[in-house]
Amino acid sequence: MRHLLSTADLDVAEAVRILDTAGQMAATQAREIKKLPTLRGRTVVNLFFEDSTRTRISFETAAKRLSADVINFSAKGSSVSKGESLKDTALTLQAMGADAVVIRHHASGAPHTLAHGGWTTGSVVNAGDGTHQHPTQALLDAYTLRRHLVGDGGRADVSGRDLTGLRVAIVGDVLHSRVARSNVQLLHTLGAEVTLVAPPTLVPVGVEAWPARVSYHLDEAIADDKPDAIMMLRVQRERMSSAGGGFFPSPLEYTRGYGLDARRLASLPEHAIVLHPGPMNRGLEISADAADSSRAVIVEQVANGVAVRMAVLYLLLAGGDAPTSSQPGTTNETKVDA
Amino acid sequence: MSTGMSASTDGRSDGQSHGTSDDANVVLGAPEIGRALTRIAHEILERNKGGSDVVLLGIPTRGLPLARRLAARLVAVEAGLEVDGLVGSLDVTMYRDDLAHHPTRTIGATDIPGSGIDDKVVVLVDDVLFSGRTIRAALDAISDLGRPRAVQLAALVDRGHRELPIRADFVGKNLPTALYERVRVLLDETDGRDAVLIEGGAR
Repeated sequence: MRHLLSTADLDVAEAVRILDTAGQMAATQAREIKKLPTLRGRTVVNLFFEDSTRTRISFETAAKRLSADVINFSAKGSSVSKGESLKDTALTLQAMGADAVVIRHHASGAPHTLAHGGWTTGSVVNAGDGTHQHPTQALLDAYTLRRHLVGDGGRADVSGRDLTGLRVAIVGDVLHSRVARSNVQLLHTLGAEVTLVAPPTLVPVGVEAWPARVSYHLDEAIADDKPDAIMMLRVQRERMSSAGGGFFPSPLEYTRGYGLDARRLASLPEHAIVLHPGPMNRGLEISADAADSSRAVIVEQVANGVAVRMAVLYLLLAGGDAPTSSQPGTTNETKVDA
Repeated sequence: MSTGMSASTDGRSDGQSHGTSDDANVVLGAPEIGRALTRIAHEILERNKGGSDVVLLGIPTRGLPLARRLAARLVAVEAGLEVDGLVGSLDVTMYRDDLAHHPTRTIGATDIPGSGIDDKVVVLVDDVLFSGRTIRAALDAISDLGRPRAVQLAALVDRGHRELPIRADFVGKNLPTALYERVRVLLDETDGRDAVLIEGGAR
């Protein structure tokens, strides 16, 4: 693995390896001394062209826990506001010796351009691009699902396991959501069944090609599918014009049709958990009852995000370039340890 | 030991297929390994005046089953000990100094007994002691986990060629080797049989 640009690039083995590594990273974060010397001397640049709180802090925390040096770059207050291109920014970072670039950009495909433009030799991690992909969010969602729903409700050792047979409903603004796109692909790869639930106006064109079912009625989807987990998406008002922007008549009507409230929470199967990538619009897509219930794992998702990002940085940065042995040692070793 | 080691620098080849083992030179068989472990178990008890403060930390992959076997022997000899409270695993992957020279290693589990390691005598258990770099990494890992009263080292095989000022307190067998030779430890738990082999002698 050289870059992490899209969950579509991951096969089952790679995805499970990231989740297993995240499990070991999470175990180290329960210790008194959380810092590990693993990436000492490596430099990670957080290149954020779009606002973000938890993703940037999460990546920064992950890099620092592995002893990497972190440089934070946000477009506001940088030369980008003077009109610098992505290429020139990338060349500057290359000159400063960045081993990994974590990029968030409002344009879909910007991380791909950065990774394949030949401007930087470092690894590129996509931290969200436009309405395209947000792979580490999907990985932390999958990690959270596996921890709670696979094996013995989080007590048994789940390393090596995928998500075969789990049913996940992803509800809300699918049209603007990179989280939904990343999750549909990753959860499908890991063997889960995904149902997208959204008003017809918020379902993207071409959704038939996605490995997921589509429903326009949340209550029916809950009753028919009995999902093991329900993932509420944020209504991305900033990507719409005023009010509902023509995507729905009014916030109240959206909440009636697609919001998760106490009644719908009660109609879910007893073991089902509630996820939300944050930041939440309380009262719009999720009620305070649902967000604060014991079945919501939203705060835990944030903690798991650090472990998953540590795993990604470890897998991208810790290993050397050239395999030194001709034996198929690594694959066998993986099996031994799994 | 697979997470911690790779064949080319450390002279072991854990991940290798077992097809070559027929031509290999078996230096220790199952009975010898059993006797060595029994002796080490008694030495640990003798040196530490009992087992009440001892914690055995196996270094994955093959140090861990060895630590379990030692713990079972301690429990059999000494009253009032429990295997679960005595044995743990210590993964040193993230503390290694050679991560950048190898393909990415899989991280193993670190699992410390509930009583912790503060003020205990930690006995590190590994299969082969070679350059000493794994043990250096293990010492760093231990200092992040607590402050033991003392750290001791038990190795089934000491093959020499140390690169650091490290020595074992308890050794199953000293094996003089050439640098190009490979020492492989096979254990029932991980490989289906007990044996120590030397490979690559003819070169």
